[in-house]
Amino acid sequence: MKLELRGITKRFGSLVANDHIDLTVEAGEIHSLLGENGAGKSTLMNVLYGLYQADEGEILLDDVVQHFTGPGDAMKSGIGMVHQHFMLIPVFTVAENVMLGHESTKAGGFLDLQSARAKVREISDRFGFDVDPDALVDDLPVGVQQRVEIIKALSRDAKVLVFDEPTAVLTPQETDELMAIMRQLRESGTAIVFITHKLREVREVADRITVVRLGKVVGEASPTASNAELASLMVGRAVELTVQKDPAKLGEPALVVDGLTVIDHIGQLVVNDVSFEVRRGEILAVAGVQGNGQTELTEALLGLQPRVQGSISLDGDELTGASVRKILDAGVGFVPEDRNEDGLVGEFSIAENLMLDRSNSAPFVKAGNVQRGALEQFATEKVAEFDVRTPGIDTKVGRLSGGNQQKVVLARELSRDLRLLVAAQPTRGVDVGSIEFIHKRIVAARDAGVPVVVVSTELDEVTALADRIMVMYRGRIVGIVPGDTPRDVLGLMMAGEVPAEGAAA
Amino acid sequence: MTTVTTSPSAPVSAALDKTVVVSWKAPIAFAVFTVLAAVLFLAAGSHGEATFKLSQANDVIQLPDVTLSSEVTSWVCVVLMAAITVVSALLVRAKRKVGIWLVVLFAAIFLIGFLTWAAAGSRTPVIPLPGLLAGALSLSVPLIFGSLCGVISERVGVVNIAIEGQLLAGAFTSAVVASAVGNAIMGPALGMIAASISGVLVAFVLAAFSIKYYVDQVIVGVVLNVLVLGLTSFLFSQVLAPNAAVLNSPPRLERLPIPLLSEIPLIGPMFFRQTIIVYLMYIAVAVVYIGLFHTRWGLRLRSVGEHPQAADTVGINVTGTRFWNVSLAGAIAGLGGAFFTLGSVGAFNKEMTAGAGFIALAAVIFGQWDPIKATLAALLFGFASNLQNTLGVIGSPVPSEFMLMLPYLITILAVAGFVGKVRGPAAAGKPYIKS
Repeated sequence: MKLELRGITKRFGSLVANDHIDLTVEAGEIHSLLGENGAGKSTLMNVLYGLYQADEGEILLDDVVQHFTGPGDAMKSGIGMVHQHFMLIPVFTVAENVMLGHESTKAGGFLDLQSARAKVREISDRFGFDVDPDALVDDLPVGVQQRVEIIKALSRDAKVLVFDEPTAVLTPQETDELMAIMRQLRESGTAIVFITHKLREVREVADRITVVRLGKVVGEASPTASNAELASLMVGRAVELTVQKDPAKLGEPALVVDGLTVIDHIGQLVVNDVSFEVRRGEILAVAGVQGNGQTELTEALLGLQPRVQGSISLDGDELTGASVRKILDAGVGFVPEDRNEDGLVGEFSIAENLMLDRSNSAPFVKAGNVQRGALEQFATEKVAEFDVRTPGIDTKVGRLSGGNQQKVVLARELSRDLRLLVAAQPTRGVDVGSIEFIHKRIVAARDAGVPVVVVSTELDEVTALADRIMVMYRGRIVGIVPGDTPRDVLGLMMAGEVPAEGAAA
Repeated sequence: MTTVTTSPSAPVSAALDKTVVVSWKAPIAFAVFTVLAAVLFLAAGSHGEATFKLSQANDVIQLPDVTLSSEVTSWVCVVLMAAITVVSALLVRAKRKVGIWLVVLFAAIFLIGFLTWAAAGSRTPVIPLPGLLAGALSLSVPLIFGSLCGVISERVGVVNIAIEGQLLAGAFTSAVVASAVGNAIMGPALGMIAASISGVLVAFVLAAFSIKYYVDQVIVGVVLNVLVLGLTSFLFSQVLAPNAAVLNSPPRLERLPIPLLSEIPLIGPMFFRQTIIVYLMYIAVAVVYIGLFHTRWGLRLRSVGEHPQAADTVGINVTGTRFWNVSLAGAIAGLGGAFFTLGSVGAFNKEMTAGAGFIALAAVIFGQWDPIKATLAALLFGFASNLQNTLGVIGSPVPSEFMLMLPYLITILAVAGFVGKVRGPAAAGKPYIKS
């Protein structure tokens, strides 16, 4: 089936998320939609899928104009979607998830689970998925959950399949497998829209590439284009894809973690007997697929986890069991993985967010009163220093873009005398321009002699920043390897495989 | 030489290593109750005997009465309870779970000891067990209807605090309609239908405000309770009280014993010598349970309450599903309200639901959003209420003011103590806002 979008325009208030976008995808073709976070790719696909109504423009399938009032219509017309955040119900089984919305029933409205299971098995066998129809989705690894999403779309005879940032949660190996699945689907005549901001993947699998920036199509590119060409098309200017950094000037071991175990509320060892140390002036990058204990590790370092065994010490001071306040006072800076959840108060101004962790003493608070003058001066300085693009320091943080929000978090954490910086997913949901800036600041902190722990699920970020790389899998350390370890080795380690020639460093 | 090989791809199992998070809650609770029992039964012990009647006078099969000596029973119970406490402490020390069966066993022993002690010290040391159980079921009926309403609403994603208001509205309407019709058969029948409709009307308000206008569901629910309470009290004193003969003397529902089943000792009188509304309740529990977990209706309902966006992306109308199921839940609660007037008291009184809706809400949580478990929880609360009544009747030495606390005390203990962290429907209480 051929898909054509003509002049799609979607506005949210004064923001034009999609500005007259044209896109044609032929049957048996993988068409990549490349663009930064916030470029309007997901909005466009939600219009296509009937979740949003376009303000202008039309959608054509095999040259017939379609009118979708909801996802149900889009699905009936043969459009399937593999969502970035899986649209699966965790407490349902695979078969229940696949049948939901088009259930086959026996007399009296009773669910016909047999036929749903058979359908799952049939599609699963056709593509070699190995998915158990009776498994609870919650118990499945994310890679398998994604396959359930694909089965869901295929069980509705999707002829046009949209993959929205499908590789964000996958290991490099799982990504390769997904690419193979996409090629297989292409061979069977499915039209595929592949949305991503990862250049490597686009060049590997796409037949055609359309680049969007700020809601507009800015050009088409061929898969043979170089990374630099694609990146500059995507961002609108030449960008540095690598981080410039001098060799590390290593100091004394500062952060020493010994036998750290974190137990969650149902007794799982989410961090399992982890030991490592970070020296002054060194960046230790923690790599791994999302959900392998990195979040809990960073939270344990800040004293946010209630059930912790083992020991964490910083410059010889024991931090295990200390309150968050005490740990902050010991000089730990923390960039949380979800800034909107843990890093910022969206309804507070930039200035207020900048003093959040210093609300108990001078210079910002004296005798219980916020010192407006001192705060304004400080905030104005920091906004300039960290290049936060904002109308003013009184703007609510929630109104800033992801990149600027992250700069506010970084400004707050880096403006104290740090003895340790813990940064979790420092550039998630951040535009390429801000990524450059944030990486430079992190390297600057390391060069100033601060030990840094960076947690990232993006291998590009890990290899760009790390002096050493620690790979985590199922709560354990797979190995700690030098910063220049090849990607394929790291990929295998992220799947739990211990590297052949012993863990160096 | 052997080489160590690692598996080529990711291991199949997604499970992490596990350890048991030990909780001393159960042993501590057991210990507290054991000490309480020791003080109550042994130190402040009563003397004499307690008789448990197992049959009523008109039963076909007569079971002999059971007579227990207070001293002996007290000792046996306290010793057994102490033993269970020790066992549970050992289990926790060995990092094993304290099973629910142990809790049930402990509770049963405590109950036997308590009943014996309370009865032996009474003016008439006789506990009529069939009456106690049948009364417990009666008191549970509105709770069960209410909790079914709560289960459906919360499963579809709307927290329903307004159960109390829906019960009260049902009680009021059914009394008025049944009285106005007057006929001994048509009256109650139309009364029950009217009760359901009034429950739906209350639900409409809840649904409209919480689903369409995204008003906080808890606030709407609380306000609705106050509104219905005020409205019915006003109408009662202004309209019903002066015209009680016409508007507030509904014909009561007849008891319809089911042949054979009603003659089963103990259980028969409890379950099968009841009014039509109770039989409707059995059907409702079964239908809701089967419906929720085995039909398309239930699958869609639960999907909307767990992950509305996922439901939306497969073409399910989230708003519509929520609206109509909250309304359906309202109909069930309204019917439960009719039990107060048509099945039990025989007239409407101000504030006659007296918090039943909130106890029903507790039963929903205690029952982990499962219709069967919620029903069992409601039965437990009903039993606690009727125990208080029965002990009052036989003239137990326990002060009646203390006994009045019992149902609520058990509610708090049950919900806070033994439920712990349970996961409700993920999207309950959150409005679904489409951009």
